[in-house]
Amino acid sequence: MLDVPDWPGHLPGQHVDVRLTAEDGYRAQRSYSIASAWPHPEGKVELTVQRLDDGEVSPYLTDTVEAGDRIELRGPVGGWFVWRDQQPAPVLLIGGGSGVVPLMAMVRARAMAGTKQPFRLIYSVRTPEDLLYADELRRRVRDDAGLDVHYVYTRKTPDNWPAPPKRIDVAALNTYGWPPDFAPDCFVCGPTTFVETAADILVALGHDPRRIRTERFGGTS
Amino acid sequence: MTQPGETGAALDGNAMAGDLREIFAVDVTAARYMCAGCTHTDAVATLMVWQHSPGLVARCPHCSDVVLRVVRAPDRVYLDLRGSVRLEVPLEGS
Repeated sequence: MLDVPDWPGHLPGQHVDVRLTAEDGYRAQRSYSIASAWPHPEGKVELTVQRLDDGEVSPYLTDTVEAGDRIELRGPVGGWFVWRDQQPAPVLLIGGGSGVVPLMAMVRARAMAGTKQPFRLIYSVRTPEDLLYADELRRRVRDDAGLDVHYVYTRKTPDNWPAPPKRIDVAALNTYGWPPDFAPDCFVCGPTTFVETAADILVALGHDPRRIRTERFGGTS
Repeated sequence: MTQPGETGAALDGNAMAGDLREIFAVDVTAARYMCAGCTHTDAVATLMVWQHSPGLVARCPHCSDVVLRVVRAPDRVYLDLRGSVRLEVPLEGS
């Protein structure tokens, strides 16, 4: 959670660039999706950073930075992978791993705007322990009318889960997504192979490619 | 050793939004490019982006030709657009 007193506000799906400069002048820059929905919490921007052991930036952000430290930010940026609450279509969100972060901003923005577009989130994770926002999603499915969440576990499922671990596939998107006839706006975010698999399935199922927006992240930072 | 991102694109055009925003008055990732190599057209956000270099190299996901390059120097930015026939930029409020 970053305090940004002069933050101009952002759209869900936008990101910030975090820039670190070492004492010798070496600079590293990475993009992180914003998890919070403006304007809540006021004057703050929430990032969710997945720590990569061999990363240059994420271990610093997760292990070294303390409350009160100052960080150089650029943003909000990105005007394509965004959802605007005036968009009337139903929404299908498909997230792999930490690709759920910008989708969570959309879920939060929808609740904050009090709009009625039905949302479905299909969230693929390795194990139940890897779930981000687990409690909040459980609460929102109960309280946010018109929001459904389906989980796909790729390595280990919870006890009594009806299916063995599997990767996202045609059956999951066909069963838990919206039918193409509903012309939903689709947002897919995750690692490159995940995004390509999910987007290809959506097109094969008959979704209009122009309604599918994708964001790939490398997992190299 | 092969680093992630060298064999396959790790990122896409969304990741260029910050660097391009410093040059242009509008968000270019939402603009549509036309590839000079194959005339494929789509949002700049969908380009495949490599960042293991002094800058960013964005390739067409259809033919893999280089469409756009952004190189940062300490005091300036170089933008190479020779791989794009044109950019179609949506204007606010239209």
